[in-house]
Amino acid sequence: MSDAAAIAAGPPKRRSQPRGAAVGQMFEALCFAAATFLLVALGGLIASLVVGGWPAIHKFGLGFLTSTTWNPVTDVYGAAGPIVGTLVTSALALLIALPIAGGVAFFLTELCPGPLRRPVGTAVELLAGVPSIVYGMWGLFTFAPLFSRWVQLPLMSAAKPGSLLESLTAGVPNGTGILAASIILAVMILPFIAATLRELLLTVPAAVRESAYGLGATTAEVVLKVTLPYVRTGAIGAVMLGLGRALGETMAVTFIIGNSHGFPKSLFDSGSTIASTIANEFAEATTEMHTAALIYLGLVLFVITFSVLGLARLMLRRQVSRL
Amino acid sequence: MLKKLGAALGAALIAGVATLSATGAYAAGVISGAGATFPQPVYAKWAEEYKAKTGIALNYQAIGSGGGIKQIQAKTVDFGASDKPLKPDDLAASGLAMFPTVIGGVVPVMNLPGIRPGQVKLTGAQLADIYRGVIKKWNDPLLARTNAGMTLPNLPITVVHRSDGSGTTFLFTTYLSMKAQHWASEVGANDSVSWPTGQGGKGNDGVAAFVKLTPGAIGYVEYAYAKQNAMTYALMQNKDGKFVAPDAKNFSAAAANAKWQSAPGFYLLLLDQPGADAWPITGATFILMHTKQADAAKGREVLDFFDWCYKNGDGVAGQLDYVPLPGPVKELIRKSWGKIVGPDGKRVHA
Repeated sequence: MSDAAAIAAGPPKRRSQPRGAAVGQMFEALCFAAATFLLVALGGLIASLVVGGWPAIHKFGLGFLTSTTWNPVTDVYGAAGPIVGTLVTSALALLIALPIAGGVAFFLTELCPGPLRRPVGTAVELLAGVPSIVYGMWGLFTFAPLFSRWVQLPLMSAAKPGSLLESLTAGVPNGTGILAASIILAVMILPFIAATLRELLLTVPAAVRESAYGLGATTAEVVLKVTLPYVRTGAIGAVMLGLGRALGETMAVTFIIGNSHGFPKSLFDSGSTIASTIANEFAEATTEMHTAALIYLGLVLFVITFSVLGLARLMLRRQVSRL
Repeated sequence: MLKKLGAALGAALIAGVATLSATGAYAAGVISGAGATFPQPVYAKWAEEYKAKTGIALNYQAIGSGGGIKQIQAKTVDFGASDKPLKPDDLAASGLAMFPTVIGGVVPVMNLPGIRPGQVKLTGAQLADIYRGVIKKWNDPLLARTNAGMTLPNLPITVVHRSDGSGTTFLFTTYLSMKAQHWASEVGANDSVSWPTGQGGKGNDGVAAFVKLTPGAIGYVEYAYAKQNAMTYALMQNKDGKFVAPDAKNFSAAAANAKWQSAPGFYLLLLDQPGADAWPITGATFILMHTKQADAAKGREVLDFFDWCYKNGDGVAGQLDYVPLPGPVKELIRKSWGKIVGPDGKRVHA
């Protein structure tokens, strides 16, 4: 084409967007779709819990949270027993698991001899993958007799009548109960927290640790005052996720907690958790009020887990703002 | 613009998932059922033999009696199975027909070191008091009354009950309500009750596991579990005043005198039946079907299956520790199938 003809034709036609832009936009749209799907599903879940539990919410209101009666014959339900059981077992499990998980993580990153590092690390990750029902069966058939023989019976015989120890250890010494369930839960969430903490500790730059050692700090001081604050936000997140898992755990707890609906009166007493109550009774609940009460219970658990995660976020925000 | 399209796609996906209604497995040659866990072993064995003979398979989900009732009311299965019979009013309200298949017994089992099965004798009233927490130790004088000549150990009684809803619990608590007025007014009878004391095990095997774990424990399980786990059972006092052992012969004795013909809808509890050998806590397990079948061919397939089981399944049932129904009762059941009709109003089974 001659120059004059080219000038007369005007500026060359340009694409409005670079080649391949359509694919990028399609990708963004799909991501948007996925996010919408998730949010709508979450909203739908909350809505269906409220709608399903409405007969119970209407009948019992907030008194549901403080009443201990659970009577399917007269259709009167109260969630105080399961709620207390859930909170106590999860708190105890975290109390037991956290120091041990921290110890495992620190051992693997600071103290472990080189050749042992990979096998132990893999073993911890494998334990995290064991299904919870296997823990439940192991708990009932292996752990419970040992627990009853070596912990419950000695403590119960050593307790003087009328002492605090006696009231804490009252109950049936057959290896079941609140404390036994908490220990099984602790064993369950321990590998998860340990593996996550180990990953976090590995992100600490060598320079930070080495400079602490260089200043003359002992291993314990390096661990507690340097590496741990460095990974503080991630560690809190890991702990909260472990707690969230413990709150919702069903099968491991059902086998060993003893499943009685009242308020647990001692560490060896049987109790129940929200998840174990729903798992036990939902399939057979034929009356509308029974099913609605169980769904209301599910809503309560949802709110508890939500508040735990919200609390974790609050703590993280405070940490970050302090830095 | 594409972002809006993306959002619309996400919402449409949700709507699509939500409106996917379960159409049910209308595969030819498969009948579906759900319900009680108690008869599951025998239904499974019958289905295996029936399939070998006719090629029609049974898909049975043992989700519990309550689940079975819910699913047949929701019409997601061809038949429901329940240990807890529905009253004639409930049957009519849901448009269901009910008939029994096999009979079993509920057995109190215990863990007492040094005591052999069949040594301990209990009455219904004593059992109710144990489960109320009134009798707390095995060497209580109230228990010694029926166990004279035997020293029961000085162990605390650990009560074990079911943590999940169950037809076994329904039978057990109905029996206790019949024998003890306190139990009837304080606790009542249902497949799930507010137990005054004790621990809950999940399923018959959960109860058996807890009882075996705890010296001094007492629980109640279906007969098959007690026999297969070789557990220590108690003799119970029946209506005639005799102390009988739980076994197939005594379950049959309880069912033999039952007046099925005067029970509308076959609603009959075989508890505390008269007879010198009758075991007091016996019960049948039932099948629920809709009286108006949407698909006449499917209804016929189901009834043909049960007809075959009544004719040929007694041996298998006996091997698995169930008690088959007496012949005359089976005839009554076949006659009652006349009220199960197809969409055209004609009876489904020949």
